[in-house]
Amino acid sequence: MAVTGEPHIVVEDLALAYGSTVVLHDLTFTVNRGDIFIIMGASGGGKTTVLRSMVGLLPPAKGQVLYDGLSFWSATPEEQKSIMRRFGILYQGGALWSSLTLAENVALPLHLYTDLGEDLIEEVVSLKLSLVGLAGFEDYYPSEISGGMKKRAGLARAMALDPDILFFDEPSAGLDPISAHLLDEVIIALRNSLGATVVVVTHELASIFAIGNNAVFLDADTKTMIAAGDPRKLLTESKDPKVIDFLTRGEGRKEK
Amino acid sequence: MISDTTSDEAAFTLVHGPDATLTVRLSGEWKLGRQLPRREDFRRQIESAGTVNRIVFDTQAVTGWDSGLITILMRIVEICSELRIPLQKDGLPEGVQTILALAAAMPVRKGVRREKAKTSFLDRIGDSAIVLWRSSLEMLAFIGEASVAFMRLAMGKAQFRPSDLLLTMQECGAQALPIVSLINILVGLILAFIGAIQLRLFGAQIYVASLVGIGMVRALAAIVTGVIMAGRTGAAFAAQLGTMQVNEEIDALKTLGVSPMEFLVLPRILALVIMMPLLSLYADLMGMLGGLIVGVSMLDLNFMEYYHKTCESVRLNDLCVGVFSAAAFGVLVALAGCLRGMQSGRSAAAVGEATTSAVVISIVSIVVAMAVITVLCNVLHI
Repeated sequence: MAVTGEPHIVVEDLALAYGSTVVLHDLTFTVNRGDIFIIMGASGGGKTTVLRSMVGLLPPAKGQVLYDGLSFWSATPEEQKSIMRRFGILYQGGALWSSLTLAENVALPLHLYTDLGEDLIEEVVSLKLSLVGLAGFEDYYPSEISGGMKKRAGLARAMALDPDILFFDEPSAGLDPISAHLLDEVIIALRNSLGATVVVVTHELASIFAIGNNAVFLDADTKTMIAAGDPRKLLTESKDPKVIDFLTRGEGRKEK
Repeated sequence: MISDTTSDEAAFTLVHGPDATLTVRLSGEWKLGRQLPRREDFRRQIESAGTVNRIVFDTQAVTGWDSGLITILMRIVEICSELRIPLQKDGLPEGVQTILALAAAMPVRKGVRREKAKTSFLDRIGDSAIVLWRSSLEMLAFIGEASVAFMRLAMGKAQFRPSDLLLTMQECGAQALPIVSLINILVGLILAFIGAIQLRLFGAQIYVASLVGIGMVRALAAIVTGVIMAGRTGAAFAAQLGTMQVNEEIDALKTLGVSPMEFLVLPRILALVIMMPLLSLYADLMGMLGGLIVGVSMLDLNFMEYYHKTCESVRLNDLCVGVFSAAAFGVLVALAGCLRGMQSGRSAAAVGEATTSAVVISIVSIVVAMAVITVLCNVLHI
């Protein structure tokens, strides 16, 4: 599915704080339906904090996050639950439930939110695990698999309910280049096949340029966004030295 | 024709075409949660379709799809592969083709699938015996390593930070005072109350002071404090060390050339061994205070009467037995907590198991140790 240009997620004048310490302010950006939207910036810039607020884990100090025009943080708990039901989230370390097998991890959302029979759930679980290359690992516990596999199993769980918005927190962190590339391909395939909107928090340049079609750059010094747009265009057109340094690994503006 | 395709309900039709081509015509909404055709229907219909050279799809009438359609298609792919019928996927929606291609492209590691085998009763007994034997060896090794660490401490060679020891002493000593006070006052109160009911019958209510005094000083204060420390401090030791395993902090110490036994376990055991007797003495006082409250309020005894009777009844031997027991319980609780923490696996569930196991072992060993001490005291006339 191509990007439609129709706004799916709108972040308006968002300010985020831990206690009385404001960590980010004046964030305004739009994620269109079918976008692969990158939240990028140096470590400590607050990328994960923005993600946490977008997925309902951190209430904003100011501003709002709208899903299809409905403000998440002003919505009733029932409405919030219904919005969250459409999310699929891959956390940085996979965040698998350690007392459940991989199959049980993927099956749990299906048990909680659908009326599917055991056989069908088993088939869906098998499909999702095979999509991330973990066919055959159904009966393994998270402690028995590697970090990269945990991440892939986390992705299978995130996809369990066929979400229309997928959030990824540092998906390539800790992965070898081939696994990271494979994961990028899975993200693109998911967007293309399911038509999902994808929001990715990352600072991996290879991933940013390979998958992102829209992005926002967070700056740790000013505690706000200092650039937004297609990352490839930002590389060639941005005038901000911080953005250029980041996108060129500190090597300055590349020769055009 | 197998099903109707008039409604939005997911349905399929098999249509025979030229060159023995079988067209699977799908219609309606193929989504999870909706009534989807059964997989067996596909197999039966394909098998009974006669000679089929290839299978193609027509999905123009499909109004929506998700993983429900993909799971069924994957089953059809399997069936066709078994029946050696070529399958042409270009009639499927583009997104479906992408996902099927992705699932097929993902490398499948061979030999990883676990067969679910039933183990016999004898096998299970054997496995349990082996686990018990190994854990006993591990426990002995741990106690041995802890002893070596203490010997190095005695020789002034142990590597640990004194501030860690002081902090742990504060955590398991001073910070435990409120809970130790409350529980021991209540235990003293309960003991006095039960004793008072019986002793009153003989007009011997003054002996409540003896009952509470000897009971608390000789055994109960140490046991109650030991159980509190098992639940409070032993569990904390296991959880702390278990989480350090998960975060690879213990590996970091080892690669730094520092013995985790000296750096982490030694200060914890030492802190509890020092603090337990002190807490036990404090618990003695709290227990007697509980008894005093009942004596003064219910039995019309005055403070001095109660005090003198307590001093008269409680001997130094009782106090020594109590303090010795408390020190022994301190060793047991700290050993159990540290042992289970150091043996913990690298997951949240494993840390939980380690903590539970530490508390269970601590409490059981406290009771067993108390029984042994009581029998020994009896034999030795202490």
